[in-house]
Amino acid sequence: MNIIHVIGFALMLIGIWGMLTQKNMIKIILGLAIAETGVQLVMVAFGFIKGRTAPILDAAVPVKDAVDMIVDPVPQALVLTAIVIGVAVNALMLTFVIKLYQKKRSLSITEYKDLKW
Amino acid sequence: MIKKMFSFILIIFLFLILFELLNNLTENKKLSGVAKEYAERGAAELGTANLVTSIVVTYRGLDTLGEVSVLFIAATGVAVLLRRRKDEEILIQKVKRQSSEILQTGTDLLVPIIIMFGVYIFINGHLSPGGGFQGGAVIASAVLLSFLSDINYKINHTVFGLIESLSGVFYVLIGVLGIFLAGGFLDNRILPLGEYGTILSAGAIPLIYTLIGLKVGTELASIIDNMKRDSE
Repeated sequence: MNIIHVIGFALMLIGIWGMLTQKNMIKIILGLAIAETGVQLVMVAFGFIKGRTAPILDAAVPVKDAVDMIVDPVPQALVLTAIVIGVAVNALMLTFVIKLYQKKRSLSITEYKDLKW
Repeated sequence: MIKKMFSFILIIFLFLILFELLNNLTENKKLSGVAKEYAERGAAELGTANLVTSIVVTYRGLDTLGEVSVLFIAATGVAVLLRRRKDEEILIQKVKRQSSEILQTGTDLLVPIIIMFGVYIFINGHLSPGGGFQGGAVIASAVLLSFLSDINYKINHTVFGLIESLSGVFYVLIGVLGIFLAGGFLDNRILPLGEYGTILSAGAIPLIYTLIGLKVGTELASIIDNMKRDSE
């Protein structure tokens, strides 16, 4: 357990809290983005090993000692993917908000009841 | 009010779950199985100094192809949703204010440097922290800066669309070439590995990352363009 895990979990909670309580659709998307950042932070922190360095094998990290000198590169690769997909999903969601706003001139989620039962 | 209480209770439960998880975390002491394998074999097998790159582009290359597809579909979705018919375009004519002298001069100075930095990031993806997605995002930020400084700035959609589609096609073609010339789909050893640690090494990885960088850069730029056009 270290400070990065705590910050990551806290960001997740803040983001989900924002998604649950906010009425403004842009703020809901921001809540999702904050929660996403928290998840990514936690994932990178899971791959961290104390006292080790980045998984780049250059002059400072000889290839034969690499196993004992680098942190786990797999979570970093996964987070790289997650960040890009997060950006794509956020852009698409904001586009939906633009479209909805043009229809009803309101950003409040309570105005949109078409799919509510 | 009841709704708010319900959210609060939900957050409390989530907090308890995460707290339990946090309390039972044990510190990592050594690499896990897959990571150990990559660390031992990655450099010699693929010739990449940056292990994250060798995982992203080669070992888990199919994931990256899926990631590029997700980004492409999202960009297409944004373009389709924000498409505007010809007659609507003429109706909206707002008076726009020219941006300040400082922003204009700063943009003229910085845009070439930012684009060059983006290219540097994706060309050195196999040697240093960086890669196609990061480089592409930096290039798109140069386009965003141009949009901010010049109210009449327009991107050339034909050129952007052409770059985007061609780099996507060539990325898949390089992947398919890997099946015939090397070990499998998206194998980078279709080109000679070269001298370890130089720019022209690691087989096809610099080529693949250049294509990804161009594709991501143009895609993000067109997302920005679509959103900007619609807010006018």
